[in-house]
Amino acid sequence: MRRRPYFLIFVLILGYAFFYVPIASMIFYSFNKSRLATVWGGFSTEWYGKLLTNQQVLDAAWLSLRIAFLSATIATILGTMAGMALARFSRFRGRVLFSGLVSAPLVMPEVITGISLVLFFIGLEFLIGWPNGRGFTTITLAHITFSLSYVTVVVQSRLASMDRSVEEAAMDLGSKPLRVLFDVTLPIISPAIIAGWLLAFTLSLDDVVITAFTNGPGTTTLPLYIFSKVRLGVTPDMNALATIIVLLVGTGVALAGFLMYRAEKKRERDVQMAIAANK
Amino acid sequence: MDVEAKPQNGSERPWLDQKAKPFIRIDKVTKKFGDFTAVDNVSLDIFKGELFALLGGSGCGKTTLLRMLAGFEMPTAGRLYLDGQDMTDIPPYERPVNMMFQSYALFPHMTVEKNVGYGLKHEQMTDAQRKDRVRQLLDLVQLTPLAGRKPHQLSGGQRQRVALARALAKQPKVLLLDEPLGALDKKLREQTQFELINIQDKLGVTFIVVTHDQEEAMTLATRIAVMDQGLIRQTGTPTEIYEFPRTRFVADFIGSINIFDGEVKSSAKSKVTVASPTLGTDVTVDHPGTLASGAKVAIAVRPEKISIERKKPGAKAADNAIAGKVMDLGYFGKDSLYRVKLPSGAMVRVNAVNSRRAGENERVAVWEDDVWLTFAPSSVIVLTE
Repeated sequence: MRRRPYFLIFVLILGYAFFYVPIASMIFYSFNKSRLATVWGGFSTEWYGKLLTNQQVLDAAWLSLRIAFLSATIATILGTMAGMALARFSRFRGRVLFSGLVSAPLVMPEVITGISLVLFFIGLEFLIGWPNGRGFTTITLAHITFSLSYVTVVVQSRLASMDRSVEEAAMDLGSKPLRVLFDVTLPIISPAIIAGWLLAFTLSLDDVVITAFTNGPGTTTLPLYIFSKVRLGVTPDMNALATIIVLLVGTGVALAGFLMYRAEKKRERDVQMAIAANK
Repeated sequence: MDVEAKPQNGSERPWLDQKAKPFIRIDKVTKKFGDFTAVDNVSLDIFKGELFALLGGSGCGKTTLLRMLAGFEMPTAGRLYLDGQDMTDIPPYERPVNMMFQSYALFPHMTVEKNVGYGLKHEQMTDAQRKDRVRQLLDLVQLTPLAGRKPHQLSGGQRQRVALARALAKQPKVLLLDEPLGALDKKLREQTQFELINIQDKLGVTFIVVTHDQEEAMTLATRIAVMDQGLIRQTGTPTEIYEFPRTRFVADFIGSINIFDGEVKSSAKSKVTVASPTLGTDVTVDHPGTLASGAKVAIAVRPEKISIERKKPGAKAADNAIAGKVMDLGYFGKDSLYRVKLPSGAMVRVNAVNSRRAGENERVAVWEDDVWLTFAPSSVIVLTE
C-alpha cells in the first residue's frame, strides 16, 4: 500500500492557512457584536447596517468606482494602441528601449511613482495652471499612468501570439488596414483587451500609495478611507466593509471562471463533434 | 453558378506559342530582406487558365514570390504585370488576386458563412445577390450543412474548403495557393488534390500553387517552376521536369536518381559516348546536338529505368550493361528497391516492378547476388550544367 504523503498534506494545509486564515478571521469578526474588534461579544449584523448608512463610506466607494472606471477605460485605449505599436512595428529603431520603458512602471516602487507624479502635477500647474489643485483629475491621471503598462503588456503578448495571416487574409479580400483593425484584429484580441480593462479597474480600485500622493481635500477613495480609519485601530465596521469587498471580488472571480470553464467545455464538445462528423 | 468561361484559346499549351500573351508576367523581380536575397532576379510568364506550381524546399523563395503577387511584400527591384497592367505598386486590397493561406487564416470569430461572404462586403451587389453567391460557393465546396459553424468546430479538411470558397468568392483573376494541402493527412490530400483540379477546371481561374511536395506539384500542375536559393532552376511541364531535367539540382530534387561524373569521349549523330570511371565503362547516351570531346559532364539515370537480372545480357549492342553486387534489398510489394555496388565502390539504386508473382526464393536477385544492370541510351540524361 502506498503511504499517505503526510508531510505534503501538512505543507499544503499550512500554505492555504497562511493565505486564508487572516481573511477568514476578518470575516468572522465582522459579525462581532462587540465594539472591540478582537474581543468576541456575540453574533450581530449591526455593523453591516451601520455601514450602509455611513455617507462617508458610500461617497468614498462611489468616488473609487468612478476613478477606476474612467482610468481603466482610458488606460485600455492607450495601452491597446501602445501594445499594437510594440507588437507590430517590429523593426523600428529603439524598439527594445520602448518595450523596456513600458514595463518599467510594473517594477517601479509605488512611492517613487507617487512622488514623481506629485512633482509633475505641481510643476504643470505652475507652468500652465492645470491641473487646478489635486483631486479627481490627478488621481485618475496617476492611475492611468501605472495601469497603462499592464494593459500594454497583456495586449502586446496576445498580438504576438496571433496569426498575422488572418489580417492579411482580410486585406487580401479587399479591406483597407483600418477596416481590418475593426473587422478582424480587435474582435480577435478582445479577450485580452477585456482582461486588461479588468486588471486596470482592479488596480485602480485598491491602490493606496499613489492615490495618497495625488489626492486632494475632499477626494478620499475607499482604500484611503479604510486606511485612515484603521490607523486608529481596527473597528468592526471596517471588517464588515472588507468582507463586502471580498465577497464582491470573490463572486466576480468565480463568475468569470465559471463562464470561461463553460466556454471551454463547449469548445471541446464542438471539436469532438467536428472530429466525429468527419470520420 | 456564374462561372467564368474556360478560356477557349485553342492552344492547350500556350507557353509554346510565341505570340501568346502571358496573363501574369514576373519581370526581373528581386526581393531582399536585409542582406538576404529571397528572390533573385526572377522572370516568369504564366498564362491564363494555367495551374502553375512553384516547387522548392523551404527558404527557396517560393512563398516570398507568392506574397509579392498577392501584394504583401514589395519587390526590391523588378515589376509584376497582371493582364498587361502593372500591379507592382497596387496594395493587396485593390488587386484582383486572392490567396488561400497555408494556415487557412480563417476568421475565428465568424461563422463559415460570414467567412466566405467577407470579401463580398465591398462588392457592389444587393444583399440577396450576396447571399446567393455565398450559397453557390458553399455548394461548390460541399459545406452548405455547416454554414453556421465557427472555424474551430470544423475538421482540417473542412477548414481547407472554407478557405478555398472564401478565396474564390470575389471571382479573382488569379488564385494564389500557399501549400494548399500541407495540413491534411495523406488520404484527404489525394482526394482534395483532384477536387482542386476539378474546381480549377470548372472555373477557369488561373491557379498559382506554392508547394514543397513534388508529388503534389506533379499531379496538380500544368507547369512547374523549380526554385532554389531564390532562383528558378527550370520551368516546364511535369514530364519535362522529371524526364528532361536540365541541371543536376533539378534532377536530384525531383524524384530519385543516380548521378555519375564523366567525360565526353565521342559525339556523333545525336549519340554521345561518355567515359565514366565510377561506372567502369563507356556509356552510350541519346543526346540531341553534339558535345565537345573531353567535356566534363554528369550522366543521370532514374532507378526505375534500369533493369536488373542475374544473367549477363546478350550482345544487345544498343543497351548499356554494368556488373555489380546487390548490397541492399527493399521489398515494397508492388516494387522492390535494390542498392547495387559497382566494382568502383559506387552505389546504384534500381527500382524494379514486381510484375511476376514470385516467392521469396524465386526473386530476381537477393543479397550478395552478382547482377547485371542494363539501361537504354534513351533513358540516360546528360547534365552539362
